[in-house]
Amino acid sequence: MTERLTGTINVIVPTGAVGAGVRDSDMQHGLAAGAHAIACDAGSTDSGPAYLATGRSKYARDSVKTDLAILMRAQASAGIPLLIGSCGTSGCDMAVDWMRDIALEIAREEGLNPRIATLYSEQQPADLVSAAAEGRVTPLPPMHGTDAALFAECDHIVALMGPEPYIEALRQGADIVLGGRTTDTAVIAAVPIMLGAGVGPAWHAGKTAECGGQCTVTSRDGGVLIRVGRDAFEVEPLSPTNACTPATVSAHMLYENSDPFELLEPGGVLDVRHSAYAAVDDRVVCVSGSRFLPRPYTMKLEGAAGGPFQTIMLVGIQDRGVLAEIDRFVAQMHAFLTARVEATMGAHAGAFDISLRPYGWNAVSGTVIGAPEPPPREIGLLFVATADTQEIATQIAKTCNPGFFHMPLDRDQELPSYAFPFSPAETERGQVYDFKLNHVIAVDDPIQLVRIVLSEKDALLDA
Amino acid sequence: MPKLSQVCRVRSKNAGPFWITLDLFFADGAAFDRYADAPQLGTQAIAEIFDVDAALIKRFTVPDLCVVKLSYPRPAAQGGQLERDMHGGQQYVRLLDIEL
Repeated sequence: MTERLTGTINVIVPTGAVGAGVRDSDMQHGLAAGAHAIACDAGSTDSGPAYLATGRSKYARDSVKTDLAILMRAQASAGIPLLIGSCGTSGCDMAVDWMRDIALEIAREEGLNPRIATLYSEQQPADLVSAAAEGRVTPLPPMHGTDAALFAECDHIVALMGPEPYIEALRQGADIVLGGRTTDTAVIAAVPIMLGAGVGPAWHAGKTAECGGQCTVTSRDGGVLIRVGRDAFEVEPLSPTNACTPATVSAHMLYENSDPFELLEPGGVLDVRHSAYAAVDDRVVCVSGSRFLPRPYTMKLEGAAGGPFQTIMLVGIQDRGVLAEIDRFVAQMHAFLTARVEATMGAHAGAFDISLRPYGWNAVSGTVIGAPEPPPREIGLLFVATADTQEIATQIAKTCNPGFFHMPLDRDQELPSYAFPFSPAETERGQVYDFKLNHVIAVDDPIQLVRIVLSEKDALLDA
Repeated sequence: MPKLSQVCRVRSKNAGPFWITLDLFFADGAAFDRYADAPQLGTQAIAEIFDVDAALIKRFTVPDLCVVKLSYPRPAAQGGQLERDMHGGQQYVRLLDIEL
């Protein structure tokens, strides 16, 4: 058993992402424990490039509104700040505005009147080209280069904020801060850092709590409360039925991190090599020895863009002859379909690609299965046509439909009919999106690339 | 000779859009001490399994947690045209039958 920390700065982290689920009971437990702030994020690159490239949210608007309403009611009743980072999944400017509009709608419906600050960190390609020319943009492995074209290709580019813009917004009087793209840790560490808690413990607490209950025994059982002191921090679940143990807390530094000891953040590196994890009791863990090593201030850049278009088809196959020789079957079909498109569409098909993925065999890895395996009972064969436009991708799928539907294992066989689940057979899947940037930009001031907009008190009354 | 799946729990996950990270949780200190430095779990061996440059692989041992962690760059950034495992969460399966 370890003695409890005193004089801590306490932050409720109710969820890993606004929209994934927030429980009012968690908020009540956190407020009763004496929280100084509520903080969490609402986004990530975790789910792929589409959200940044389009600016649209991963979570449904109603899910986000339900969670945000619980958070805003708790903020209003306790009079403590609410900080949300990476709004609208990507944290680009239009995603922040989307979240702000939801917040304004809730405020009107519930008769709340908070001062809301929005933090914008979307960047213009031309500014980054200039910064790159000045040597202020550096690629991170495995990426190389800072060509101007790389920035120009992006539909949206965001710079990941640290805690400073949140602290500035709170000093200007904000009750609620809705931030653009921010490191998960920074939004949680901001209030402890502002109120003078230890910087190393604050950053490590932020990392520990970034996914809400992920650092607990039962990760789906609600969020966590962090209490940050001068030299250590404590973490505990908000739910009385859940627990943190030294193992669950220390293991979280491994999660979704390529390095288990160091985490590069804006303005420094969190170093947990010398961190010690001790059970305070059967549900609270105390972490000491975490260090934040200052470095020249950099912000990570994320950029994404739309590329070609895809149309897909799916068939189920239980034909035992085919299943005994899946690799030969798929290779034959790929050659046949590609030749068919070239013969019938010619140059109109452009730089197209056909990908055949036998689910139930090797679709997930895409690698050849070396050892002899018994044939599966059935496979789902996914057809993916990729082309410059949606129209061409669909024309390719339609051109391939007869072969995809009826191609036998050997030429002399009667034509089989594989099992289509849908009519029409093809589905227009939409655009392919790509992450384009994995860079950092050096800045003189943490707020240099950030725009802070603060609503006036009572502004909502006129709306 | 045991297979990797018999001496540890393995998981894989994306670590940002450009990396996949593999966490090998050994059952206890004895298993960790015995296998953590096995060449079958070295950067060269992992590079061959995932068809990436061994020089780019990051490898860490975390004795306190009985963990070996390896991170490798994706051949293409997450979510592109030929993506097969958006979150990299199934890539660990390719390690389970490694003989130690």
